[in-house]
Amino acid sequence: MRLTYPTNIKIIRVPCTGKVDLLHILKAFEKGADGVYAVGCMEGDCHYTSGNFRARKRIEQAKKILDAVGVGGQRVEMFNMASSEGPLFAEVAVKMVDDVRALGPNPIKLQKKKAA
Amino acid sequence: MIVADKKPMEEIIEDIKNHDKVLVLGCNECVTVCEAGGKKEVGILASALRMYFLNQGKEMKIDEETLERQCDHEYLEEIRNIIDQYDAVVSIACGVGVQFMAEKYHSTPVYPGVNTCFMGATEERGLWTERCQGCGQCILSRTGGICPVSRCAKRVMNGPCGGSSKGMCEINKELVCAWQLIVERLKALDRFDEYEELSPIKDWSTDRAGGPRKVVREDVQP
Repeated sequence: MRLTYPTNIKIIRVPCTGKVDLLHILKAFEKGADGVYAVGCMEGDCHYTSGNFRARKRIEQAKKILDAVGVGGQRVEMFNMASSEGPLFAEVAVKMVDDVRALGPNPIKLQKKKAA
Repeated sequence: MIVADKKPMEEIIEDIKNHDKVLVLGCNECVTVCEAGGKKEVGILASALRMYFLNQGKEMKIDEETLERQCDHEYLEEIRNIIDQYDAVVSIACGVGVQFMAEKYHSTPVYPGVNTCFMGATEERGLWTERCQGCGQCILSRTGGICPVSRCAKRVMNGPCGGSSKGMCEINKELVCAWQLIVERLKALDRFDEYEELSPIKDWSTDRAGGPRKVVREDVQP
């Protein structure tokens, strides 16, 4: 298919999105990530029954916390797709990068740079 | 176990905003089980607070530590060597832990990071319900193992009252009438005849009404 998607995305493989913890997401922002998104299986298709539902809840929790600390909850999202949906994966990657770019850099990263 | 709930972060921020070096201190016991004050919650709260203050342009040292318990001298002693590095502590243990911490480290301000709610059970993950009010004189042997002190809104000793309707309490249609449960349980135990016996007037002096309480056990004292 020779699909392309933005190169500034760092993919972290996990056995299931159910493995993604709230702390993983927060630490990513603390370390300066501009955005984080989880890509899980289609709802109802989780190999481990409910991992993707757990992930969605954690993404929602992360949104609330990021809003409260002033980083912005829109920087974190969850998407569901099947492993065969390469074109959708690329499309979502482009959308996420565009959305995060519109929000600007992570304010934590800017403050850290200023302090250094 | 003691059940607690997270405090809104804005409240914690307001408490510590004038400090520079803060220790977020968790507890490995009850509050870990009710997912309000364990090691993981320490990590989440500390990370969020670091981000908040950094974003505000305030340099603040926020560290994490979790003790086995905060209601015992021996575990609280574990932070004696590091406590001087901080000018405030946010304890996310129950109210007991917060107070014991404050008593032990007299000159360090300690702020609560959770709201301590009650003694209860984990009915399912994410659902905790009250089971005991520590009245100091347990009557569960007479009530089929269901407590009218903690589970009946009126703490009625010879119930149910007139507000019980179709097994539910009048204060809330989703709240089961404790006395309905007691009656059903006594029937299941084939002890329904005991229901006819009137409960004697309960001595409430061992309850909180008699002032702060203590248990003294000379047999185990050193």
